[in-house]
Formats: sequence, C-alpha cells, structure tokens
Amino acid sequence: MRGGEQQRTQAKDIRKDLFVLLLTVLVGAVLVALFPARRHLVLATAWKFLVEMALILPAVMLLMGLFNVFVPKDAVVKYLGRTAGLKAIFLGILLGALPTGPLYVAFPLAAALLKKGARVSCIVAFLSAWACIKIPQEMVELQFMGFRFMAARLLLTVFFVVIMSLVIEKAVDRGEVAGGA
Amino acid sequence: MSTTTVVINVLALACFALAFAQDRAKARRALVLAFRSFLRILPAVLTVVVVIGLLLGLVPKSTISRIVGEQGGVLGLLTVASLGAVLHIPSLIAFPLAASLLQAGASITAVAVFITTLTMIGVVTLPLEIRELGAKMALLRNGLSFLAALAIGVLMGVIL
Repeated sequence: MRGGEQQRTQAKDIRKDLFVLLLTVLVGAVLVALFPARRHLVLATAWKFLVEMALILPAVMLLMGLFNVFVPKDAVVKYLGRTAGLKAIFLGILLGALPTGPLYVAFPLAAALLKKGARVSCIVAFLSAWACIKIPQEMVELQFMGFRFMAARLLLTVFFVVIMSLVIEKAVDRGEVAGGA
Repeated sequence: MSTTTVVINVLALACFALAFAQDRAKARRALVLAFRSFLRILPAVLTVVVVIGLLLGLVPKSTISRIVGEQGGVLGLLTVASLGAVLHIPSLIAFPLAASLLQAGASITAVAVFITTLTMIGVVTLPLEIRELGAKMALLRNGLSFLAALAIGVLMGVIL
C-alpha cells in the first residue's frame, strides 16, 4: 500500500469506527430508557471495564510504539530465512510474537521471505504467531482473563501452531505458493 | 489495581526511560506513535465498553449460558467459532469482551474458541492472504486454524 492510499483508508476506517460507536451509544440509550431499572447496572459495568482498559491500554500502546521505533521490521525478518527444522518454527513463533503491527502487514513480509527461500513451516508459524500470540495481546489477556487462562491458551496455541506448520509444509509444494519461485 | 496492571505500567515506563536516555528523538517519536495508535483504537474501545455494559446489564445470565454456556453444545461452539472467524475486532479489545462473556455465563471453552478464531483467522483479510501467499496455503492455514481453535477451546475447558 502507498502512503497516501494507506492514509485515506485509515481515515475511512476511523470514520467507520466513530459511526459504529455513535450507533452503539444510541441503541444503548434507547435500551436503557426502555429498562430504567437496569440503568445503574449497565452504567456501573461499563464504567468498571472502562477503568480497567484505561489502566492498561496507554502502557501497552507505549511499549508497542517504542518497539516499532527502536526495532526495524527488516531486522526482525532478516533472521527468519536462515534457520531450518523445529528451530525455525520456534524462531518464527518468537519473531511473530513481537509487537509489530496488524496482520495485513505480515502477508507481504511472509511472501517476500518465501521468495528468498525460507521454509514454509517457518512462515506459517510466523504468520500464526503474528496473528494470535502477540506480546501486547498476551498482556491484555493476562489483565482480563487471569494467569491460568492466558498461560493455558498460550501453551496450547504454540503446540497447535507447531503441528499446523508441519502439516501445511507437507501439503504445500513450493511451486504452489504465490511467493515461491 | 491488580498486580498485572502495576507490572505492565512499570515495565512500560522503565522501557521509555531507557529509550529516552539512549535516544531522545526516537523516544519522542515512539511516544507520538503510541498516542496516535491510542486515539486510533479509542472509538473501538468505547464501543466495546458500551456493548459490555448492555450485555451484562440487560441480558439475563440464563440466556447467555443457554447459547454459549455448558448447555450450548456443539452448535453453540460452532456458532461462536464462526462468529470469531468473521468478526474483525482488534484483539486488544476482544479480551474485555471475552471476560464479560465469561462473567455473564459463557463457558471457558466457548470463550477460548471465540478469542482463538478471532485472532488466528481473518475472513476479512483472506483475499489479501490469498493474493500474497497463494490460495492453497492461505485456505489451509485458515481452515486448520479453525480446527485448532476448537481443539484449544475444548482442552481449555478440560484443564481449567
């Protein structure tokens, strides 16, 4: 995506988000007006979750901002083409988990890596980790779901991502991958 | 304030102090970037907060647990999994939503499946994934992720 195009889609996304917010608040106001007995519970619950978000989101955003400025994406990606075997899968997971932006940023990176000769299993692990094992995401999960839930889901996810990576590597020929030579 | 809150805030501040000591200009740029992403996600955060308030305040526990609770069964799980795959909610705000569902009577399995499909599978981003990586790899990754999410959820329900 070019800079200008990206900025325009971002402005459109923000307008869409604001519209959804407005709509939700309006629907909420109507519902609360219909059930006045529940008003207190609705407001108290919303307030409780708002406070909890306010306590953690700025810190998470700051960490992501710092990482984005101090660790260039190329540096992260450079290491992925070089390893093989199970080690490559775990490296893919580790690098994918770093706080580096939304998933659509990862697809072109993954394609470029495949073109350079990275293993399919490594790239699948990288993409999957990028999608669902992001470090900031784990922090928020810890905050809201507690340690046991977060840790159990993290371990199970890593386990299944490893299996998935191996299965997909067996199933896909390099020639069938768009990025492949 | 919970321990988690304190630890994450202290960590963020310590990292920022370290960054500031090393390179002021870069640290300032990181701060601007953080502020921008914060503003960017704010409408979605407020939306989810309102939805959570309405969900916990208006919908009876019995209704929620009938659909996505222990009684929800396989159909409930598949519904939740598909919903997670199709919806395009930033994962950061998915967790408060998940926590509220749990509080409202959803099962651990349903909540874990929802979070996992929500993050791992992107129907909205699938065309882009196909274009960049080819149809076979993209469809396999998303399809297997769906199965993995179901397995993860069921196992979570057994463990916790």
